[in-house]
Amino acid sequence: MTFSPELEARFEKLLNSYPPGRQRSAVVPMLLYGQDEVGSVTRELVEEVARRCGVSTLQVDEVIGYYSMLHKKPLGRYHVQVCTNIACQAVGGEELYEHASRTLGLGNKQVSSDGLISLEEVECMGACSWAPAIQVNYDFFHQVTPERFDQLMEALRDGSYGRQAS
Amino acid sequence: MVYNEPSPLEVKIISQRFELPNSASIDTYLATEGYEAIKKCVTMTPEAIIDVMKASALRGRGGAGFPTGLKWSFVPRTTGKSTYIICNSDESEPGTCKDRLLMENDPHQLIEGMMIAGWTIKSNKGYIFIRGEYRYLIPIVDKAIEEAYAHGYLGKNIFGTGWDFDMYTHTGAGAYECGEESALLESLEGKRGIPRLKPPFPAVVGAFQSPTILNNCETFSNVPVIFRKGAEWFAGLGTPKNGGTRLTCVSGHVNKPGVYELPMGFPMMRLINEVCGGMRNGKKLKAVIPGGSSAPVLRAEECTDLLLDFDSIAKAKSMAGSGGLVILDEDTDIVKVALRTIKFYAHESCGWCIPCREGTTWLKKILTRFDEGGGKESDIDLIGELAANMLGRTFCALGDAAAMPTGGFIAKFRDEFEAKLRQGAPARQQAELVNI
Repeated sequence: MTFSPELEARFEKLLNSYPPGRQRSAVVPMLLYGQDEVGSVTRELVEEVARRCGVSTLQVDEVIGYYSMLHKKPLGRYHVQVCTNIACQAVGGEELYEHASRTLGLGNKQVSSDGLISLEEVECMGACSWAPAIQVNYDFFHQVTPERFDQLMEALRDGSYGRQAS
Repeated sequence: MVYNEPSPLEVKIISQRFELPNSASIDTYLATEGYEAIKKCVTMTPEAIIDVMKASALRGRGGAGFPTGLKWSFVPRTTGKSTYIICNSDESEPGTCKDRLLMENDPHQLIEGMMIAGWTIKSNKGYIFIRGEYRYLIPIVDKAIEEAYAHGYLGKNIFGTGWDFDMYTHTGAGAYECGEESALLESLEGKRGIPRLKPPFPAVVGAFQSPTILNNCETFSNVPVIFRKGAEWFAGLGTPKNGGTRLTCVSGHVNKPGVYELPMGFPMMRLINEVCGGMRNGKKLKAVIPGGSSAPVLRAEECTDLLLDFDSIAKAKSMAGSGGLVILDEDTDIVKVALRTIKFYAHESCGWCIPCREGTTWLKKILTRFDEGGGKESDIDLIGELAANMLGRTFCALGDAAAMPTGGFIAKFRDEFEAKLRQGAPARQQAELVNI
């Protein structure tokens, strides 16, 4: 399996980060970084990570189900994560999630039919003082109102989002 | 970048560089006494460093509040084994958003703090374990590490002492449990993040089965200033046995929620009324969750004279925990907060210990039923009993962290649970009953 030169460099660095004989340590980071490029944790990716870290595929498989950010099925190109934990709940996080679900027509962990957007109700993401918060892939958005949420989704659809974020 | 207006009441020590231009760069750090502390420390013996750490009264900022100097003193230094320095930046406790700011705005302060720990036990490797959701921080911290190498602060033969120290970032992938130190170590080793039986504690058998100093990101970030300005100065910032300041994360129903650096022992009501500009919409204060969602709730009247330090909040039978305060006003439905809290713990229980795995699930089911109006009088005591039976019966503190706030909600707001009973089932459910 081949990856982009950047990811290859990252993998190389990771495998050299841990003490000799402890390359298993790279399994979780490699799965997450790999998933970001491949789109999901595919069978091929599992086998590749196992081979490079010198562990069995079973040892890779057993961690996938444990970590909530690792997905065997592809998410949307933009994975929209809405926090409803207590700090966000206090200032409208649950209502924001319901708004998101209704306007996107998606339930929890569902992907839009064009593969563009997926939605997830998530646990605390570490933006409590600037709640309610959402993440689109790895980008944080603070104090999100339903109106601001709608504008953001529009930017995802019309392609202006990527330019904005960069 | 900072995400809220600072307050004039803040005492900015570890956040002093947050608003400087290019605050994360080594140039900014060096221009503001950066890497002066490690230079001093490499002329000191480990015993002398640990004595300073103990005298500073710095306590773990991750949640437990354990004295940092004492924790460092537990690490055996003569085993001949490799030793490790691990930074817990798996910040996931609901209500807490400070480690993010420390890594984003001042990564060199963290690196220097870890270096001092590294020199103390002559460790050669340090890892910064960053939660997966904080991906944007990895390039920032990696860049800071590269800068430190380029300036000779990391790498081989640092300051000509013959000591080598390497540092790396390591990403998590979404698991609250990995914030527990032994589960974090399992995760670092490429496994499911389940806790280890203790003792042995990580100080003796930690990362890769070796002696390890494992501290929270904010804890390490406090270390350099202790050696620049002295332990007594640091201890004097706070209250007895609670040295320094705290990045206090305020969320909920106040006018100006935010992260504020305040001295240990700052009065709770001044935090709410002066730092945070009072309650939103002129509402009355109902309750405060004072130290992340694991901390039992306090009623408004319990907050009147409360000081924000580990011992004062413990005396009020809650905990200062991770420094995240959720402020709740009179309109808050406590049953809903209790339910959302237990849903979180049920989701995050790693499943290793049965009292936690089953206890959180049962509590979630009972509280869901309660919230939907199908609760029974006996449920109130059943919730309390279940929570009590989880306490102290698990490998790690997640079971306790779920049980304590749940028991707290019932003990402090029993009236609200009883009121929910009287309300009965909502209209939707009653209609269904008629149809049957």
